[in-house]
Amino acid sequence: MSEKNEVPTLIPPLEGLARLRQFTAARIGLGRAGIGLPTAAHLRFAADHARAKDAVYSSLDTKPLAGGLKRLGLKVGFVRSAARDRDEYLRRPDLGRRLDEEASLANLPPSDVVLVVADGLSAAAVDANLLPLADVLVPQLRARGIEIETAVFVEQGRVAAGDPIGQALKARLVILLIGERPGLSSADSMGCYMTFAPKPGTPDSRRNCISNIRLGGLLPRLAADQIAWLAAEALRREVSGTSLKADPTRAIEGKSG
Amino acid sequence: MVYRASIDGTSWSFADLKELMAKASPQRSGDELAGIAANSAMERVAAQCALADLPLARFLEEALIPYEKDEVTRLIQDSHDKTAFAPISHLTVGGFREWLLSAKATPAALTALAPGLTPEMVAATSKIMRLQDLIAVGAKTRVVTAFRDTLGLEGRLASRLQPNHPTDDSRGIAASTIDGLLMGTGDAVIGVNPVTDATEDYVRICHLLDDIRTRLDIPTQTCVLGHVTTAIQAIERGAPVDLVFQSVAGSEKANEGFGITLGLLEEARAAALALKRGTVGQNVMYFETGQGSALSADAHWGVDQVTMEARAHAVARRFSPLIVNTVVGFIGPEYLYNGKQIIRAGLEDHFCGKLLGVPMGVDVCYTNHADADQDDMDALLTLLVTAGVTFVIAVPGADDIMLNYQSLAHHDMLYIREVTGRRAAPEFEAWLDRVGLTDEQRRLRPAPDPVLFAPALAYLGEAA
Repeated sequence: MSEKNEVPTLIPPLEGLARLRQFTAARIGLGRAGIGLPTAAHLRFAADHARAKDAVYSSLDTKPLAGGLKRLGLKVGFVRSAARDRDEYLRRPDLGRRLDEEASLANLPPSDVVLVVADGLSAAAVDANLLPLADVLVPQLRARGIEIETAVFVEQGRVAAGDPIGQALKARLVILLIGERPGLSSADSMGCYMTFAPKPGTPDSRRNCISNIRLGGLLPRLAADQIAWLAAEALRREVSGTSLKADPTRAIEGKSG
Repeated sequence: MVYRASIDGTSWSFADLKELMAKASPQRSGDELAGIAANSAMERVAAQCALADLPLARFLEEALIPYEKDEVTRLIQDSHDKTAFAPISHLTVGGFREWLLSAKATPAALTALAPGLTPEMVAATSKIMRLQDLIAVGAKTRVVTAFRDTLGLEGRLASRLQPNHPTDDSRGIAASTIDGLLMGTGDAVIGVNPVTDATEDYVRICHLLDDIRTRLDIPTQTCVLGHVTTAIQAIERGAPVDLVFQSVAGSEKANEGFGITLGLLEEARAAALALKRGTVGQNVMYFETGQGSALSADAHWGVDQVTMEARAHAVARRFSPLIVNTVVGFIGPEYLYNGKQIIRAGLEDHFCGKLLGVPMGVDVCYTNHADADQDDMDALLTLLVTAGVTFVIAVPGADDIMLNYQSLAHHDMLYIREVTGRRAAPEFEAWLDRVGLTDEQRRLRPAPDPVLFAPALAYLGEAA
């Protein structure tokens, strides 16, 4: 029987297939162990999924983040959404959009532009990208004559949580930074949503979004350029959303970086 | 009308049929989010008891969404076939469950019955069934459709090859297509979800897939999963469109959110039929559905998500599709929270679709914020194939790099064929054999002749 055992345990991908990897990041040409995945590919996938899961259940390390924002001269506040924990956050998007009843913004000064930082679906993304972005963004906004004095962290927050915060602080514009849903290839993508005249009930079509902010994606310093330009335009034209498109030259800059 | 049940001396009442249906649904996060779920485990069983006693015919009298306000309700009621319904018209929901499990419900009887069933009847029945009931009945239903190959035959399982790419890059799409074909995937369709909805991109990808298919002479069909209006424009520009795709939902308002009406779907179908591209059949439509889509569009009318999903199947049924699949784990944990809920929903969707006469497949999948993993997908795949699912979807290494979620891997197809003996569509199976990808036992050969794929690889060279 054993001399008939000519089929190899591990079947490598066809030779030509390896060349095709230059065209896509998809997991092509994995080879196979009989009908299954080779052990290395199976465990690579497991590691990527584990990183994404851990990112979803990560929480904001607010102390160093707030310290960094204070060094930029911002007053920093902390609130929670109405979602009590991660499980409720995942089940009840409506609660993640509202603030906890006891949330207080009373000790914060009103600000023309308010920076809101939410954990979203990946606090790890915010931990990694907030300060590299803010270090460039805040000076740029001020250089454009835009007043930004206040930043608010919101735990268990979704995008629309910026609306009641902006309204309470009489902001004309909210710039909200939030952890995006982690993928297998990147668990640390941060998104930016900009809303002019924020108030609860604002439809998403009235927001501008810049996504995939991370090392290996849209670099934080390049994202800061785009955000500063959009913020200036939103304030000048008193609008945000679908009627305010990104500056195409800056979009190209971002891609080439 | 108020519905009542009494269990061990405690009485329960439900204000109307809509409330009864919602509270009888097995637990899932979407109905809880909508605020319509049962408030306790006992209330849920009480609703199931009241539902089991309900005559099926009641669903023909009490519409869950008003007839005059919703064209999906009008479609369901106006197309109901009373003659087909006659053999079971005297039964209650509970009685129908027993009839389905009995020897009376043969494959032929179920095929004849399908036009007599409404989505509300099958959704109601699913609520009082366990997984094994859903599997047992699903395994008896046959829905056979055809375009360039024949799908849904007994003992067969088809697969969609999904070669998505985050920038719709032609070479990237082609690379994933070749990878999947070498693994034996693609008899249901080779279908790309485009990133943009631009007609130029639709037409370009459509030509790309058609080129690969014709160069390799594969008896399958291709599809670009853009919006139905984009497909119509592409057809007007002469693009080689095999299947027209559209996401559909169970209410007029939810379909409005997708930018479609039943009339628009009919127009698209007529345009695709006019191309006469099918060789063994002319089923030209491909639909996707998924529990929670109506709620996420705020268009569910207070109706539970299983019922809204079955109503989406009724929309699909109207257009004689080649394939339909639920994107069961894609819509997110606020609708299906974990592996348990995703697994049950996948089997419910398959059961409801098949009973209604829809060629039902499932995208066995999950997102990273759902409490699910590869083990859950293995369980769902194995259960679905036991239930006779028409097709499933596969991507390289289970990782869709465009839509950022996990579907099945091509390897999973090899696994399930090996352990269940399910074969590919007959025309596609013959092709796999002809080009030397498979051996006499229909297993993939360790090293197929690369020369066979030279035309496709050459295409990549040209595209570069």
